[in-house]
Amino acid sequence: MPFCLDNSMFNFIYNEKFRAVLFQALTFSLVAVGIFYLFTNTNENMNARDMKTGFDFLWITAGFDTDFHLIDYEAGDTYGRVYLVAILNTLLVAALAIVGTTIIGFFVGILRLSSNWLVAKVAAAYVEILRNTPLLLQIIYWYLLLLAFLPRPKQSFDFLYLDVFFLNNRGFYGPSPSFESGTTLFLAGIAIAIVAVVVLFRHARKVQDSTGRVMPKYSWGLAIVVVVPAVAYFIAGQPVGWEVPILKGFNLRGGWRVPPAFITLLIALAVYHSAYMAESVRAGILSVSKGQTEAALSIGLDRGLALRLVIIPQAMRAIVPTMISHWMNVVKNSSLAVAIGYSEITALFMQTSLNQSGYAIEIVALTMLFYGSVSLTISAVLNIYNKHVQLVER
Amino acid sequence: MKAMKLLAAAAVMTGMAFAGASTALAESTLDIVKKRGHLRCQVGQPSPGFYNLDKDGNWYGSDVAVCQTIAAAIFGDSSKVEYQSVSTPQRFTAMANGESDVLSRTTTWTLLRDTQLGLDFTTVNFYDGQGFMVRVDSGIKSSLELAGATVCVATGTTTELNLADYSRANNLDIEPVTFEDKNVRNETFYKGGCDAVTNDKSGLASTKAEFPDPENFMILPETISKEPLGPVVRQGDSNWNDIVMWSVFALVAAEELGLNSGNVESVRSSTTNAEIKRMLGVEGNLHEGLGLSKDWAYDIVSQVGNYAEVYEAYMGGGERGIGITRAGSQNALWNQGGLMYSPPFR
Repeated sequence: MPFCLDNSMFNFIYNEKFRAVLFQALTFSLVAVGIFYLFTNTNENMNARDMKTGFDFLWITAGFDTDFHLIDYEAGDTYGRVYLVAILNTLLVAALAIVGTTIIGFFVGILRLSSNWLVAKVAAAYVEILRNTPLLLQIIYWYLLLLAFLPRPKQSFDFLYLDVFFLNNRGFYGPSPSFESGTTLFLAGIAIAIVAVVVLFRHARKVQDSTGRVMPKYSWGLAIVVVVPAVAYFIAGQPVGWEVPILKGFNLRGGWRVPPAFITLLIALAVYHSAYMAESVRAGILSVSKGQTEAALSIGLDRGLALRLVIIPQAMRAIVPTMISHWMNVVKNSSLAVAIGYSEITALFMQTSLNQSGYAIEIVALTMLFYGSVSLTISAVLNIYNKHVQLVER
Repeated sequence: MKAMKLLAAAAVMTGMAFAGASTALAESTLDIVKKRGHLRCQVGQPSPGFYNLDKDGNWYGSDVAVCQTIAAAIFGDSSKVEYQSVSTPQRFTAMANGESDVLSRTTTWTLLRDTQLGLDFTTVNFYDGQGFMVRVDSGIKSSLELAGATVCVATGTTTELNLADYSRANNLDIEPVTFEDKNVRNETFYKGGCDAVTNDKSGLASTKAEFPDPENFMILPETISKEPLGPVVRQGDSNWNDIVMWSVFALVAAEELGLNSGNVESVRSSTTNAEIKRMLGVEGNLHEGLGLSKDWAYDIVSQVGNYAEVYEAYMGGGERGIGITRAGSQNALWNQGGLMYSPPFR
């Protein structure tokens, strides 16, 4: 018999462990060869077309300007710095939009479950209208709305009537601090206030745990936060000066400014995603059995406390996993800002820089790297939090 | 918009990744176009003068005429064109991955674009220069008065770079607000979101023509840059480059030689001018070098016209024109003080 399968030489093929390793090794090498082929072939094709490749362009002067940057930037800076400016702009708008989304989302989600018919229906209409229209449309809608209603710089709307915050069709302006000697004392005052509040809250909790007496910790805390830094500020001789925006030429100068596109994007992202968030919150709350509410009420908690101390903590188990994807969507959808000219990473780096430099593949890869790392970071952080709120099984 | 952008980016990457390295360049663009039966010509978002849509959805304009010129030269039929309307930042990607055969859309010829994008500029069909438009009631009379102003500009353009250069050179501290979509840019300017809008002056004229109250806007006198606009092809196919370039030259030469869509048929049979005879294929074999039919230039002139006809219809005072005076400008013929010049048909 020439092909004897019982031959002990081939027995290892039937070994389960060996086969598991074999197939994994095969898959891995196929993927590796595939990637290698795509990489070399891309390079070859681009060279054949005389297109430039590599990451050297990050050190080349960009030559264009942008109206909104958190770090110093001017037209003579490099593409590398443009990347940094774009990343910071994206992170700023995404972080604020995430905060807004979460707050509005929780609020609307709880309102949807209100026993008041009108309140519940208004919240339901809010969710349905926002969820059922495209985000891009909403962004452009908010933008044109803002442009139509905001005044020209010469008729700036004096926000809060303090003569320091202004709103016009070039953006929202506020004062920027300039620090002089004595600032350390002022900062020390702030630090003392924070420590004092922490101590106060701990003490209040201890008192409540041992005697059941509820201390007015919020009003006390607020008093400490306001009074201590204020006293320090005046003792130090008012070390912080404020540079207030004033009208000079065409626009307000001085202080800080966020452009209308930023305000638009912030509102549009927060409002749109809050509708999804609200549904997650509603689902989370409904997942907590009714018995929990009844039990909480029967031990004498009022409805607000029952919600805050009993229902929400349990609902978080259901809310957090979906919240991860809402937060990631906020970050990714900030790329739609390209429509209204906010200088985030897609607009400033993947559009403008790509067009001005021509390094398509490198720039798309860097942009993907950014979105990928932000999403993974959000996912990692919230997963840790998720573990924390999950049922601890004993 | 986002989907389109991602698609374009994905397309160029996969295109580059999977195209066989050697086969990609083997077949000539002319063969591909002939086999397909029509020309894929890339234009931009509708913009009066250069490329615009009539109410039946047909494209017209001076850059559209270039597409028609090339189609007439290849097929003897100026209508055999598929127009691809691509947003400005996507334009070079759509060329590089082979989506379009030729790009004819107010694209400025620069050294970097000509050498580093895998593209070649052929020739110039319109000489332009960058300027600013402001509201008349703003009281601004010169672009040097724009210190500290907010200026609306399209992203990914030479306009954006020129603005930064001009601002730096003159210490103007201009704040640019960039837009991918020219309609959003124009709307923002119109609603007062910017003190000025900057673009090629012809583009400004066409934007102004679109506003409901054009008399309230004015284009400032300064021209801050050179903007030679012309059709672009992929690098590495010089025959295709020649076809596009000489199709445009045929328009200019026709004007210089007194040919137009009305008289070209009678002149062809009666002329004694040797250059006209060579150009229209009555004598000689000039068409062979291009790989086109004998009648290529005749088809261009009879179906599209000459440069003056195209200019008058779309850029000048014609019914669909945007009213930019040609006499005395750089777009006049070379023997009338302009820069429009065709090498000899010999």
